[in-house]
Amino acid sequence: MSNKLRLGVFKFASCDGCQLSLLNAEDELLALAEKLEIAHFLEASSIIGAGPFDVSLVEGSISTEADLQRIKDVRRLSKTLITIGACATSGGIQALRNGASYEEFVRAVYPSPEFIHSLETATPISQHVPVDFELRGCPVNTKQLVQILVDHLHGRRIRVPNHSVCRDCKLSGTVCVTVARGLPCLGPVTQAGCGAICPEFTRGCYGCYGPAHQSNPSSLMAWLSGHQHPVEQLVPLLQNFNAAAPAFSNAAKELQEGARR
Amino acid sequence: MSTSRTIRVEALTRVEGEGALNVRLSGDQIEAVELNIYEPPRFFEAFLRGRPLEDAPDITARICGICPVAYQMSSVHALERALGVEITPEIRQLRRLLYCGEWIESHALHMHLLHAPDFLGFASGIEMGQHFPEELKRGLKLKKIGNQLLEILGGRSVHPINVCVGGFYRPPKRDALLDLLPSLEWGIAAAADATRWVSEFDFPEFEADYDFVSLTHPDEYPFNEGDMLSSRTGVFPVAEYEKTIQEYQVPHSTALQAEKVATKSSCHFGPLARVNLNREKLQPIAKKLADECHFPTLCQNPFRAIVARGIELTHAFEEAAALVKAYRPVKSVRQSYELRAGEGAAATEAPRGTLFHRYHVDDEGKIVSALISAPTSQNQRQIEVDLESFLPGYLSLDNATIAHHCERLIRSYDPCISCATHFLRLTIERNDVS
Ligand code: SF4
Repeated sequence: MSNKLRLGVFKFASCDGCQLSLLNAEDELLALAEKLEIAHFLEASSIIGAGPFDVSLVEGSISTEADLQRIKDVRRLSKTLITIGACATSGGIQALRNGASYEEFVRAVYPSPEFIHSLETATPISQHVPVDFELRGCPVNTKQLVQILVDHLHGRRIRVPNHSVCRDCKLSGTVCVTVARGLPCLGPVTQAGCGAICPEFTRGCYGCYGPAHQSNPSSLMAWLSGHQHPVEQLVPLLQNFNAAAPAFSNAAKELQEGARR
Repeated sequence: MSTSRTIRVEALTRVEGEGALNVRLSGDQIEAVELNIYEPPRFFEAFLRGRPLEDAPDITARICGICPVAYQMSSVHALERALGVEITPEIRQLRRLLYCGEWIESHALHMHLLHAPDFLGFASGIEMGQHFPEELKRGLKLKKIGNQLLEILGGRSVHPINVCVGGFYRPPKRDALLDLLPSLEWGIAAAADATRWVSEFDFPEFEADYDFVSLTHPDEYPFNEGDMLSSRTGVFPVAEYEKTIQEYQVPHSTALQAEKVATKSSCHFGPLARVNLNREKLQPIAKKLADECHFPTLCQNPFRAIVARGIELTHAFEEAAALVKAYRPVKSVRQSYELRAGEGAAATEAPRGTLFHRYHVDDEGKIVSALISAPTSQNQRQIEVDLESFLPGYLSLDNATIAHHCERLIRSYDPCISCATHFLRLTIERNDVS
């Protein structure tokens, strides 16, 4: 019992999909539980450990005053803090409210907006506390999640490939949807990790894993908009689950400004 | 002399998402029971406005990682109605098959990892597994098959990528489905065994006179199509959903609650409602299983929802196996459509109850407005009403035990607080006057 690493799983504004990705490791779950003590994981266990935690997985973005304080507590109690998923690493889909009229958003959903207390922005965890590793994806890939936990257990450096989805398509022999079908696809600028599933299912990538290392979304957008893809189609493509990731949000801004000119 | 005490349980666990419960007591009088969902609001309906309508299935899926298929199904059906798109029988069957995958994954998860530990006295499914290793392994295997089905049809299990307005981007590969057939067939028997196992649990004696509500269909167990049925007031069309069941806001929650307009009363959605209202439409083995487990014709004990989940789990395996056997690939499972301004609504059965969507779209294919009613917000008032009548039997117990029983009752609804909007913290305030 005592030589197990203590695991904490914490949720902020999110959909639970990334936590579920851990419970979806059906084949590894029991073996992992041999090595890790689940000290705090509200969705899976009624034992609510107080910390400290050897490793904490954090899902979700920061969008309330209370969460702003809570993430600091989690950081203080955690030796290693790993953020899981687009919500935690870039703000997630809820970051679409950043820059929009927040009050108007609240009014659109709630008849009595005065009962709703939340911040005007939804922001990634790394904006508030130091993060040891960010695992991308909306949702994260179960295999990658298990892999980084195992690496961490063995004291190995945690890393995942940071090349683009486009390269995975080439490796798996998937026909390019932009070339063959004329579809707009974010594959060339999105980080791999999903298994390049969208092109395999004959649709364009929509960026769940965020901008790939050293990618240039602006140049891809310039090319796509020069090839008959209207700006009104390209902007929403960038404004999905990683809308607030700088490379994507800048490219969207440039597109919008270019269209206005 | 007056004494007051406050009971506080820091977090409701083994539910999807986070929230709180406040119970105010004065002596033996229950003053208020408030399910307090303070999960941060994420404003989906607001940022859907102005977006291309094709985005709705992928974006609304992100409301909930446990039941993304439900969001995809309700959104595409509502939008297809707005656009006047008719889907083919092949698309319809594949959508049922996809929904079977989600029901299997979600029901197996809730039964084994979240709910069964309550009846056996464990803190988690994993702890339960130390004493019931075979049962837990069986549960995980059942769950995995649901995920595999989702992967074959949807590309991945959480937020599948293959669903679109008009059908699917690509038909699934027949070989991959046939390879899964032995697992699906194993699953029918294994799910039935799991149901027999949970049906022997010791259920708290508690019943309520519920207004059960679910979809209903003349020929099949409800997933995507049909009318709404209420056990009290009968059939009503999906198009009149918000006129019949209305959402309203309460100060203690970021989730909207719902009640029947006509009666101002709460409704019960989910597996218990569905089995009660549609038992005759279950697949043969699941139906026989319900009889064999002596599942009452009108089951009014919410704790027995775990048995209803087992029956539906068995049904989903049976139906999935039949659909896979009958599957003949066609070239395209995607209907094309012309953009037009319009309005459409749809209700489908998510694992935890009816999920209603309504959209207005303009003639450029943009969403003008979106309305989403999730099962957990609809069940929220029912849970409070239940607690009000459930608690008096337990007031003589110590605070921790009361809190534990409340949590159990809440958990039997498999609430998905992410859906309703999330941190369940239980507070019982006692103002004992003596
Ligand atoms: S990143 Fe995507 S899957 Fe993960 S919690 Fe956020 S919305 Fe859900």
